[in-house]
Amino acid sequence: MKRILPIGLVVVAALNIVWTVAAQSKPADIKIDNFTFGPQELKVAAGATVTWANRDDIPHTVVSTDKAFKSKVLDTDEQYSFTFTAPGTYTYFCSIHPKMTGKVVVVQ
Amino acid sequence: MFNREKNEEHGLDQGEDGVDRRGFLQCMAWAGTGAFFLMQGGVLKSYSLSKLPMLERPSAGQLSFVQISDSHMGFNKAANPDVVGTLKIAVDKINALGPAPEFMLHTGDITHLSKPEEFDTVDQILKGAQAKDVFFVPGEHDVLDDDGKQYLERYGKGAKGGGWYSFDKKGVHFIGLVNVLNLKAGGLGTLGPEQLAWLRDDVSHLKGSTPIVVFAHIPLWSVYPQWGWGTEDSAQALSLLKKFGSVTVLNGHIHQTMQKVEGSVTFHTAASTAFPQPAPGAADSPGPLKVPPDQLKSILGITDVNFVRGKHALGIVDSTLA
Repeated sequence: MKRILPIGLVVVAALNIVWTVAAQSKPADIKIDNFTFGPQELKVAAGATVTWANRDDIPHTVVSTDKAFKSKVLDTDEQYSFTFTAPGTYTYFCSIHPKMTGKVVVVQ
Repeated sequence: MFNREKNEEHGLDQGEDGVDRRGFLQCMAWAGTGAFFLMQGGVLKSYSLSKLPMLERPSAGQLSFVQISDSHMGFNKAANPDVVGTLKIAVDKINALGPAPEFMLHTGDITHLSKPEEFDTVDQILKGAQAKDVFFVPGEHDVLDDDGKQYLERYGKGAKGGGWYSFDKKGVHFIGLVNVLNLKAGGLGTLGPEQLAWLRDDVSHLKGSTPIVVFAHIPLWSVYPQWGWGTEDSAQALSLLKKFGSVTVLNGHIHQTMQKVEGSVTFHTAASTAFPQPAPGAADSPGPLKVPPDQLKSILGITDVNFVRGKHALGIVDSTLA
């Protein structure tokens, strides 16, 4: 019993690290094309970094509706990344073409 | 193509010289240029090109100016790899107008990415126009990353708030409005309460007989809201102008000519000098429309506007670059 407990703790700790790293390294990409964010709704774990890449032939921006994040203007093939540390629902839009909207849902 | 749609929309029938709509359109096709509309006493009439010498550009004392729009300096994708070249052709077209227009209105998207060198290049090219004065309003592409700070430094002298202002030319009152700042998610263009309050004050002392020209980037009527082609609070602005017998609204943003008449208000959008965009709903999105290179110049253009005093009449002539 005494020997199993420390080993058990080590295993749990190791699994915890692996789980966290796995969640963070899952690709969290949003492609901007044809005046659309794709996917329009993306779910990620807290700590994940989301990268928006503009593949459209016109510039766009990524601006959160509650000032959580704001990209500079992205011309074709430019990218913007943001790391979501806190869980929550983050709605955002393109400030040049405000009809373009999207959502990132961040879970624990 | 766009002109034909526009003519059908307005149901133009016989002009004063008995030329029917088909004959009129054939004239247009032959001439290869845009539409000629004359508004007199609030009624929009069409005229065949054979009448044009009679309705020639007014002499001194009348007022004529040119509207250009959406030069998107810095754009270099397939729809037009040479926006410098097409803007220069637009200036050549302006210089071919005689007599010289008194000034130009640029209804925004001067640049593509709000870069200093893009603003500089447009200024440089427009210096070659015979109309030396240019009055600007910003497009959403001119206020990127800095909420319009650079735009205001360059073109905002004497302007209020986000860059709105007014001036008078030969008894006509011109109002430049800004509807591309503080855009909200899911929304359209917006003027905002501060600008509307300024507008109310600005026109309060004017007589109803004063001709009014309003110019702003995004259309001040609902062209196609799904693509953001409209302004949330434009109805409020227009109600402030109800007392006037002649109101002309000049916009850009949609990169195609479109016209609408509502009582004493004539709405007109200009073509771009950079690239065309699809007609409302004709594509998935309002992005740059690629056309065969030899057709490009016939879908880009400028707009010539002439006031004929005393008749509430103004002529709006759209011409393409080729």
